[in-house]
Formats: sequence, C-alpha cells, structure tokens
Amino acid sequence: MIAFNKYYDKFNILSITLVIVSLFLLTFKGLNFGIDFKGGTLIELRSSDNKINVSSLRENLNTMNLGDVSVKNFGNELDFLIKFENNSNKNIINEIKINLDKSFGNQFDFRRVENVGPKVSAELLKSGIIAISVALVLMLIYIWIRFEWQFSLGAILALFHDVIVTLGLFSLLGLEINLSIIAAVLTIVGYSMNDTVVIFDRVRENLRKYSDIKIYELTNISINETLSRTLITSVTTLLALLSIFFFGGEILKGFSLAMIFGVVFGTYSSIYIANTVLVRLKVSQRTILKEDEKN
Amino acid sequence: MLYFSKLRIVSILLISLFFIILASSNLFKFKSSLLDKKINLGLDLQGGSYLLLEIDNTPVIEQKLQNLTTTLRNYFKDKNIKIKNLKLLDQKISFSVDENYKQTILDEFNNQESDFNPYYPRFKSHQLDLIEENDIFFVSYSDQGLIKLKTSSQDQALEIVRRRIDEIGTNEPNILKRGNDRILVELPGLDDPMRIKSLLGKTANLTFRFVTNNQEDSFGTEKLKYEDNSDEAIVSKRIILSGDNLLDAQPRMNSETNETVVSFTLDRVGAKRFGKATSTGIGKQLAIVLDGKIISAPVIRDTIASGSGQISGGFTFQSATDLALLLRSGALPAPLNIIEERTVGPDLGQDSINAGMIALAIGFLLVILFIFIKYKIFGLITNITLIINLFLLIGILTIFEATLTLPGIAGIILTVGMAVDANVLIFERIKEELKNEKNNLIAFDSGYTKSRTAILDANITTLLAAIILFFMGSGPIKGFSLTLGIGIFTTLFSVYFIARLLTVLYVSKNKEKEGLI
Repeated sequence: MIAFNKYYDKFNILSITLVIVSLFLLTFKGLNFGIDFKGGTLIELRSSDNKINVSSLRENLNTMNLGDVSVKNFGNELDFLIKFENNSNKNIINEIKINLDKSFGNQFDFRRVENVGPKVSAELLKSGIIAISVALVLMLIYIWIRFEWQFSLGAILALFHDVIVTLGLFSLLGLEINLSIIAAVLTIVGYSMNDTVVIFDRVRENLRKYSDIKIYELTNISINETLSRTLITSVTTLLALLSIFFFGGEILKGFSLAMIFGVVFGTYSSIYIANTVLVRLKVSQRTILKEDEKN
Repeated sequence: MLYFSKLRIVSILLISLFFIILASSNLFKFKSSLLDKKINLGLDLQGGSYLLLEIDNTPVIEQKLQNLTTTLRNYFKDKNIKIKNLKLLDQKISFSVDENYKQTILDEFNNQESDFNPYYPRFKSHQLDLIEENDIFFVSYSDQGLIKLKTSSQDQALEIVRRRIDEIGTNEPNILKRGNDRILVELPGLDDPMRIKSLLGKTANLTFRFVTNNQEDSFGTEKLKYEDNSDEAIVSKRIILSGDNLLDAQPRMNSETNETVVSFTLDRVGAKRFGKATSTGIGKQLAIVLDGKIISAPVIRDTIASGSGQISGGFTFQSATDLALLLRSGALPAPLNIIEERTVGPDLGQDSINAGMIALAIGFLLVILFIFIKYKIFGLITNITLIINLFLLIGILTIFEATLTLPGIAGIILTVGMAVDANVLIFERIKEELKNEKNNLIAFDSGYTKSRTAILDANITTLLAAIILFFMGSGPIKGFSLTLGIGIFTTLFSVYFIARLLTVLYVSKNKEKEGLI
C-alpha cells in the first residue's frame, strides 16, 4: 500500500500555490484568445516553394495595412498560419491573394479561411463561459444529490482546481484558447468528476464497513483500493489523447494538449484535493450514518 | 447479474451484427435502402464554406417609418386633425397636436381595429408604441412589431439567398434561419466562396430613373456616383421601373458594339411604363441605378414598347452574368453582412480525415495492446467489446446520418480511451472479491453488482458535459459532443451486454480455476 496520506499537506500547499499562480497569470497575463473569441481573420496557407519563409511572408503582408499581423509556421515549413484583427475591408482575402500572387508568383494554396466578426466573437465567448458555468453548476447539483456536503465540497474544489490550473498553464505557455478548448475544458470537468466520484464511492463504502479507522487512514485505503483502476483508465485515456496529439493533425493539437493536462490534473486532484477535504472536515462514520437516517 | 436467457443472447448478437453491417455501409455500397445510409462529413472534413449572414434591418425600419409619416399625416388630415412638427429621427417619429386632439390621437393608436397600427392579439401588443413626453408624441416600433418586421424580412431574404445560391448551382447547400435576423449558409465542396460572398453582399436593388438637371423635381433629387466612381449625376427620386418589374435577365453579347450587356424582359406593367417613359423622354438620360450607384445612363433615342432592353456598363462576361443572376433572383429586402465565415479547402479536409483516421487507428491499437497485456484473457474480452463498441457508435451515427466533424473524430478516439474504464472498474472489483471468495461465479456476480454505482456515476458526469456542449456549443464542437454522448450509451451497452456475456461464458467454463483474473 502506498502512503498517499503522508503527502497530503505538501501537495495541498503545492495545489494552493498552483491555483494562486494560475489566477495571478489569468489576471495579469490573461489568455491568448483566438479569433473565435477575439474576432479577426485566420488564413492557413500552403506554399509550394520552400524558399518562402515566415519573415518574407510577414514583410509582404505588412505592406497591406492589416494592423497587427501574426505569421507562423503551422506544423511544417510549408504551411503558414496568418492571423490579423478585424478588418473593415470585405474584400480583404481576395486582395491578400492578389498581393501574394504578385509578389511570390502563384505559390499559395489557401487551405483554410476563417473570419469572425466582433459581434459573433463576443457571443461565442459569452456562450463558452455560460457552457462552462452551467457544467460546473450541474456537476455541483449532481454531486450534491449523490453525496454528503463534505464530499460535494471536495469534488467541487478538485474540479475548480483542474479548470483553473489547466487555464493557468495555457496562459503561461501562451497557447491559444478557441472553441475546441472550451470543449476540452468541459470534458476535463466530466473526467475529473468521474475520477473523484469513483474514489468517493469507495470512501463511503469503507466508512460504513470500518467504524474504527480514522478518515486519514481510510482515505488512503480507498485510494489504494481504487488505484489500479485510476491508473489504467488514466493511461488508456492518455494513450488515446497522445495519439490525437501526435497524429491527429495540427488543428486538434490545442484540444488534445488541454485534455492531456486536464487528465493529469484530474487524476492528481481526485487523490490529493478531493480526499484531503474529507480529512480536513473530519468526516467520520457518523457523517454518513446521519445522512442515512434522514433518508 | 450473470444469467443470460437464450433469447437475450440471440438479440444481443443480432443487434451487434446489425450495427456492424450498418457501420460498414459507410465503406461498401448496399442495395437495401435501410442500409444505404452514410455518415455526412462536416465542412471541416469534406471542405466547404460556412457563412453566417446578418440582415441589417435599419434601412427597412427607416423606410417603413418614412412611409408611416405620410400615412399619419393623411390619416389625421382626413379627420381634420393637424399634425405639427412631424419628424423622423433615430427610428422615432415625433409630432405634436393641439391639446384638445391629444385624446383622439391616443385613442386612434390604441384602437385594436386600427388601420395603421395593427394589433397582435396573441402577443397583446400593437405594432407601434406611442409615448407622450412634454406635449410631444413619439412613435416607434414596439418590441413585438420589431420582431414581426425582422422575421418577415428574414423570410424574404432567405428566399432570395436560396434563389441566388441555387442559380450558381452548388451541390446540396444548407440554408437555415438563425434567430430572427440571421441566415446560416453551408456550402459543401466550395473552396472559393469569393463569388458567392460578393453575390450575397449585394442587395441588388435596381431602379430606372431619369437624370435631371432640374433641381426642383417634384419627387426630389439626389446626387449619385457612377459604379466606377468616375463621375456623378443628379438623378430624380421618381422611380420609372424597379427590379420587381423584371421577368428575366440574361448576359448577352451585343453584336454591333461587341460589348457584353445584360438583356432584360419586363412584365406587362413594366413594359407599359417603360414604353411611356421612353416615348415622353426622348433625348433624356435614363439612369440605371443598382444599390445607389449608377451603372450607366444611356440617352433615350426611341420609344421602347417591346418590354425588353439592354443594360450596358462596361461589363466583363463574368460581371454581366452575375448582374443578370442578381436581377433574376430579385432584390434583398435589406443588406446582408457576413459576420462569420469559415472555409476549408478540400485537400485540408482530406488531410484532416487521414490524420483523424491514423490517430484513431494508433490510439485504438495502443489501448488494445495495453489492455491485453494488463488483463490477458479478460483483456481480450474487453478488446472485443471495444471493437463492437466502435461499430455501434459508427452505426448509430450512420442511422441518424449524423455529421462527422474533426472534433467528432476526436470524440470517438476519446471514447475508445474512456470506454475501457467501465470494464476496468468491474475487473478490479472482481479481483478484490476473489481475495475473500473462492467461488468464481459468486465473486464475478458481486463484482458486477458492486461496481455498478461507480460506473453509472462516471458515465453520468461525462454525459452531462456532453449534453451541455451539444446545446451550447456551435459548429464542429457539436460534432464532438455528439460522438462523446452517443459513445457513453454504446459503451454501457457493450460493457453490460457483450462484455458480460463473454465473461459469463468464460467463467462458467472455468468455475473452479484459481487466479482467473
């Protein structure tokens, strides 16, 4: 049996630090919103000439008064991702096409064009925030129905921890937040909850079984009993996600990365946050029996 | 938990077989109509254009209020009430009347039988709101009136948009209403939406009006620019003909001038008016105005009674074709703005499909290998379950002819990773039970029973997330939530029916064997 409980305090301090640092980053550095939420235009180009590089492309586009243009390689040397802010010129994509053809010859294939107006991006951001909030509230209600309040608090803290730290990491690394990241965050919410609930189920079962074991020991027993399941599921989920990350193409990179972070944090938090809340709230057999009497 | 009746076994096998065949119908062509279904590929996979258009209703509202000022003036004139200071400002009409008429005005506006202010009994609201402030009346559209106006202009715009897109002949366009002032257009297989965008961006409001030098034209005049911004002219506001009078328009080559023109045919009313105008206006210039710009302003040389004519204006064949198309399909009630566009080229789509499939194959193999190494014979059972699960998932998507997007493929791969969870929960529980229970059958039975709540919990939490995403997410994200959500049901089915059936078959043959799992 691994003594997870020996590190409860240390990891609690670590988690609190991580959450504070993440909140700090989110407040002061902010998130790198993609055009879905900020509005603007995105163009994915493939060039057939390997002499064309990011700087020559950028130089060319800078002559067009596009405002703040970002030019990056996308996955490989020949693919480029161009982004710029909302432009009042409705014909801008055509003009870029003409301009590029003039300067480089007919070397570019426009693989993807996305243009999100300011009104739509504001709506998408709003509905994204609503979706995550609704998800958190629904999880709260679910867990509140299923468990005693001490458990609910533990699960919810773990959930907030995972979402905040994942977003914090995205802020730290400057990774782009787009619609698919919202999908990833919601899936993380589901996954983290799922992991926590499985361990909590066992804690509750053990609380009924043993009246003489203190919660500090009892959580450790429960974590160990469910440990191989926790690990196997995390590993298979990570295997699936890693294969999306490495083979699923550039477009899914951000999504799978967010999910990978989320699964790691989710697994960690169900052990080191959810359970420690039970310990700190001194949950005992009486907590459960009281609840049983009521029903 | 462990008993299966013969009937049940047969139905499980039949269901699985049905879905396997259904799922494979995506690869092979089946003759039967029931099986001849296919998963639709989303625009991000097959390539295509997604355009969200917003109707700018401001000009419509202003036009309607403008007309209303005339109506009001005449209506109350007939009742011998003098309307003073009648003005239209910021989509509000303001006016004042003598003190003793105020009540009449209020009564007329609040009359449920009112001619100029329709009453909607269903919504208990009039079309217009009347507010009195410092002896001045303000008339504006009520919330309900505005909704009616917007939906009606949305209906008209949708029709025109559909006609324009049909004229171009893209395959299987999807044109849908969104809210009360938006139209969603999905054009599969279109990698350069430039032409459609420019066609949808034009209102195509065509009018024929005389060029006038007389500033005191009784209809009023306005200064308009030429299409190529080269010059401007003063044009009467009197409309001789409008696009509504056109029956047909086609691009033509004028053999005399060797110029591309748009020839048009007028309806009977239009032909009569055109004949009259051309007979009285010989020597005058007739401006052909499209969306507030003059295309050309030819001098009338002869009376045209045939009801057909030509528009010239330095067209290329393409621009003449487009103008003819716009004129044939009619004018939009209000300008459309493209507020969101997402276009994916077909080769990127194909690349995404390939990448998605490779990721699925590799993810699947890795999971299968890992599970087999971990659980051996039960790993094999889990893996068979996983494969059938995949067929079930694809089969259900096929039945509904659902749309598969790139995030949707990610959802399938994620389902593969998470579907194992339920079996793992069961097997780990059985392992624990076997520590205290020598009888395999009893241990397996209680393993299944005791792991049930945890499995349900785990799946309900994921399902909640998927449902929220489905209803709140947009576009490709919906595809992800769809596969994730359906994946939960197929997982539960395959774990509780297929995996359990296989487990039962194996355990009943090895009742006494030790260290089974």
